[in-house]
Amino acid sequence: MTPLRVDVAIIGGGLVGSSAALALRRMGMDVALLDRRYCGAQASGVNYGGVRRQGRPPEQLPLSQRSHAIWPKLKSLIGIDGEFLRSGHLKLATTEADMASLEAYAAKVTDAGLELELIGHNELRRRFPWVGDAVGASFCPGDGHANPRLVATGFAAAARRAGVHVLENTPVTGVTRNGEGFVLEAGQGLKVMAGTVINSAGAWADEFAASFGEPVPLKRIYPSMIVTEPMAPVLTVNIGMEGGGIYARQVERGNCIVGGERGEPLSDPDFSRPRSDGAMTIMHRAATLFPGLAKAQAIRFWSGTEAEMPDRNPVLGPSLTTPGLIHAFGFSGAGFQIAPGVGEVLAELVRDGRTPTPIEAFSIARFTAGSPPARTTVGSGAGEKQEP
Amino acid sequence: MSRAQPLIVGAGPAGVRAAETLAKAGLRPLVVDEAPACGGQIYRQPLVKDGRDAHDLYGSEAEKAERLHRAFAALSGRIDHLPRALVWNLRDGRADIAVDGVNRTVNYDGLILATGASDRVLPVPGWTLPGVFTLGGSQVALKGQGCAIGRRVVFAGTGPLLYLVAWQYMKAGVRVVAVLDAAPLSAKRNLLGGLALYPAIILRGARFAAELKLRGVMLRHGISDLSFEGKDRVVGVRWREKGRENYLSCDAVGYGLNLRPETQLADLAGCAFIFNERDRVFVPQREPSGRTSVRGVYVAGDGAGIAGADAAELAGERAALALLEDRGLQHAAGRAAELELELARISRFRDVMEAAFPFPAHWAATVADDTVVCRCEEVTAGTLRSCVRDFALDEINRLKAVSRVGMGRCQGRFCGASAAEILAAETGRSVAAVGRLRGQPPVKPVPLTLIPREAAE
Repeated sequence: MTPLRVDVAIIGGGLVGSSAALALRRMGMDVALLDRRYCGAQASGVNYGGVRRQGRPPEQLPLSQRSHAIWPKLKSLIGIDGEFLRSGHLKLATTEADMASLEAYAAKVTDAGLELELIGHNELRRRFPWVGDAVGASFCPGDGHANPRLVATGFAAAARRAGVHVLENTPVTGVTRNGEGFVLEAGQGLKVMAGTVINSAGAWADEFAASFGEPVPLKRIYPSMIVTEPMAPVLTVNIGMEGGGIYARQVERGNCIVGGERGEPLSDPDFSRPRSDGAMTIMHRAATLFPGLAKAQAIRFWSGTEAEMPDRNPVLGPSLTTPGLIHAFGFSGAGFQIAPGVGEVLAELVRDGRTPTPIEAFSIARFTAGSPPARTTVGSGAGEKQEP
Repeated sequence: MSRAQPLIVGAGPAGVRAAETLAKAGLRPLVVDEAPACGGQIYRQPLVKDGRDAHDLYGSEAEKAERLHRAFAALSGRIDHLPRALVWNLRDGRADIAVDGVNRTVNYDGLILATGASDRVLPVPGWTLPGVFTLGGSQVALKGQGCAIGRRVVFAGTGPLLYLVAWQYMKAGVRVVAVLDAAPLSAKRNLLGGLALYPAIILRGARFAAELKLRGVMLRHGISDLSFEGKDRVVGVRWREKGRENYLSCDAVGYGLNLRPETQLADLAGCAFIFNERDRVFVPQREPSGRTSVRGVYVAGDGAGIAGADAAELAGERAALALLEDRGLQHAAGRAAELELELARISRFRDVMEAAFPFPAHWAATVADDTVVCRCEEVTAGTLRSCVRDFALDEINRLKAVSRVGMGRCQGRFCGASAAEILAAETGRSVAAVGRLRGQPPVKPVPLTLIPREAAE
């Protein structure tokens, strides 16, 4: 088989890889996008679907703001709007202490452009009467939610239409440096030669990083979602909770999606399912917090495989061992909103070797330089209890 | 610590015989069933006693029905029975069972899935109109509730059930206008091959058809381009036959294309599946004994692949014998061999029946773009086709992800096969190659307020 020669080979067709592929193609480059199964079928397609800046650690906000500008333009960018709804994101506090930390966060990110509104108990009652017991909340009017199953798949489809070589069911079995570039060995004897390689392999990215001498403490996590039957409008905004426990949104069709807790891997660890006990816990929290859902039926659950870093920040930036290799993985359950921006940043890194968006905090150096990783205290990505 | 009790899901012919066999060997199985009383779909018992006797309810099968009901009643005290209960998740020897809004998590040692079948349907224009029922649904209304689906009823589709239900409706005094069979008359010649295997069944079917004809019911074969017409509810049926268009008015339709196995729990239990070419459906991979690819998990009855009620009784007993053997208990090896022999014979008979009533899979592949395929999520054939093209998809779970087909209340039980046929037709791949929808709990809807049992006590 004659090798496929491209400028850039991207390992992993999730939202990060697909959006980078499209951005690079639009810059005129030849791109191969390889996925071991289907583009957008892993973390990018099975996450909660929150399009949220509020609650992110300050170091993520410039990237998040960049992405924020892309979301309303999906239709012209990829041909579908991905069911993106700028509903606003309401982060609830159930205790005074949680309210205080919402206030502290708002003060800390006051210059980031989130336009947060702190809402007291009475005003919460008035504006969001469908919320049960809460002390107060912080509202980010520009945030929202979208359909994760469509967005990543839509980016990959748009990339394909734009001329990217989208190679699904094509697991990359080896990557080696070869002179100025790389040789990728992929399923059925396929060879791809590329000047640059992007490692956006999500929960599978650690193997590629390690093969270039950059082992990382990546852990697999399995979010757990339940979906109700279609209901008359109840949740008018995307809901999160300070301190975690539950997150919820209602799609236009009427189904409410409620997340929290964790699923578990199956015997094939690439597949996972919600746990019954975790799902029932979440169902109860939803029925209690939103009295309008108390009579609803849960019609399906879902889970999927995501990659988490110990400090819940992604690894994003050039490899320190290998010129021409760029990492973009480990979004720790909170990659959906920022991924389209990451795609643009990756394209700039390939073309210019740098990006105007600050990404130093996400360098792989923090895991390989010998210093123990600093834990983010405020916000961060989605932990077991936190919202993605 | 003593071993956990075996779990049997389903109290139809297969589940009852499995329970009986285990109880006879001294085990105490837990039998969980969605219905209030045993019998399954075929030997379903009326919700309230309404004066109809077994012969009124089950016709020629009255004796079998009564025998099965009696056998189950005789197990009282030797098994545990949870009626009106839904097994909604299975995982590593644990079952989650919803009963009256309370969840019980039960550990089991040995699992016999006797989950039965539901109607197989393909979308045709108007199939979601009020007044259009499945054949099985029409039968449930009559058997379980003593009511008819309408006053002027057309039965359409194919399969032995088509004639049986039409005949039952006629016997119940309902005006049956027509029986429209998709299978060409020539296909019925295959039934001659069945005479050597089970003459009584073939003759009974012939008698149904003859009696329907005698009473003036229009019988048509080889029909195509079936559609149900009406605005708010069905008022008529249109079809083509020998190149000519036909129309009949009616106020209800019973429609079905034979049956499909209920396999979600086998999927959650981790069983490997294989594609059955004859029935164009994925079924749990199993040995003639009912053993699946997962140790300690057995499938029996129509849930393992459609074979009918008689086969289900035999397969339930056979699976129970396998469970006993695998547990190192005494089991009747001779009886097991006998059962397998008879089951093989029934399987040959099923080949005959499938040839006589072939599944018109092309109906799905060629269904009009504006026809709804997934009624829960209201996804049309046109949407499916444009998703396949726009996203360059060739796999059924990916089609589900982007189109929502199979994501609703029924979890693809009724639209999954049609979506697969459409996807296969659009991509030029085989139905086997486009794959099957992966199961996820809950297999059927559960209330958000479902309480764990400990919390309820």
